[in-house]
Amino acid sequence: MRLARVALIWAALATAVCVPIAAAAASPLLAWRGPVYILAGFAGIIALGLMLIQPLLIAGYLPGLSARIGRRAHHWIGGALVVAVVIHVGGLWITSPPDMIDALLFSSPTPFSPWGVIAMWAIFAVALLAVFRRRLGLRLRTWRIAHMLLAIVIVVGSVVHGILIEGTMETVSKAALCALVLAAAIKVMADLLLRRKRGTLRGESIARQ
Amino acid sequence: MSTVVLNRRNLLVAGGSVLATGVSGLLLPARAEGLAPTPSMSGGANNYRAGAPTVDRIGKGGFWMSGTVRRAGDGAPLAGQRIQIWAHTTEGQEHEPQSHGATLTDKNGAFRLEMPQIIPIFGQPHGHLAYDSGEFKTVFLRPVMRSAKETSLEAHFVLQPV
Repeated sequence: MRLARVALIWAALATAVCVPIAAAAASPLLAWRGPVYILAGFAGIIALGLMLIQPLLIAGYLPGLSARIGRRAHHWIGGALVVAVVIHVGGLWITSPPDMIDALLFSSPTPFSPWGVIAMWAIFAVALLAVFRRRLGLRLRTWRIAHMLLAIVIVVGSVVHGILIEGTMETVSKAALCALVLAAAIKVMADLLLRRKRGTLRGESIARQ
Repeated sequence: MSTVVLNRRNLLVAGGSVLATGVSGLLLPARAEGLAPTPSMSGGANNYRAGAPTVDRIGKGGFWMSGTVRRAGDGAPLAGQRIQIWAHTTEGQEHEPQSHGATLTDKNGAFRLEMPQIIPIFGQPHGHLAYDSGEFKTVFLRPVMRSAKETSLEAHFVLQPV
């Protein structure tokens, strides 16, 4: 019975991440795009999927993973997110340099661009803080607050960015994935805040390496 | 001069422009009276290739780009003006030469060029148009389609003499 529940949770997660990717892979728009542009687009879609997994991992909501493994995976997937964003932006730059430069300089006519660019900088900021936080002498509490605030920027920025884009993603599966990403982030943050309020040590142990 | 095309859109555009110039005229008394020139849109010049050939049709066609060209101030239609058009279509990406073409306005200052179907690129289905012939100030436009399923798009120029 417990095994069935574990399998169900993992299957649901895999579905939530893979269905939007599969739906985008069936988009008719792909026929008129070059390989670099296609790669850039899918890097963005995959990054959105990883954003659903991240909070679930760190909060220990995924069954069958020890807290240590969950934390490790959270770090590695964080690194993968940075790589995906670099491929996304780099591929779009190669596809149409002036459009990408406009987006990065916040002078783009497309309303979704600034949301994506802000989320990108927030992702880079979390990654840099995570790598250098010991050397910077950041207190655990400071780091956690910074990470949580930046995570809010990342999630909101990415979801608005994705929803406003008319691209290869299929509308319903995109909206569903975005809703799940938002819901997961809200749930995990609410639980963390509640735990701290109650003064239990569990939240503390989760963030400690 | 020749007849001015009068329809609801043009009246709205003209009315809006008159209102806009009216208001800015109060603030900036030195500006010319009447129809305000169209400003270039942000991103309008992206992937521009100067000197696109004047063609009867871009590629195999199927999609219509149309619009009008008028003079700032009195709003007189401008005939024989060269408008360059390009977009990401079913037959090529924005920067590719086969995606570019130009056409001339008729005696009513209207232009209309058939081109391949525009498809969404960089998150929006949009086209690019340029007036860049020197007699008037250069203007780059980047109109967005309301839906990727539409098979036509309009853009209107009000040009300011250099």
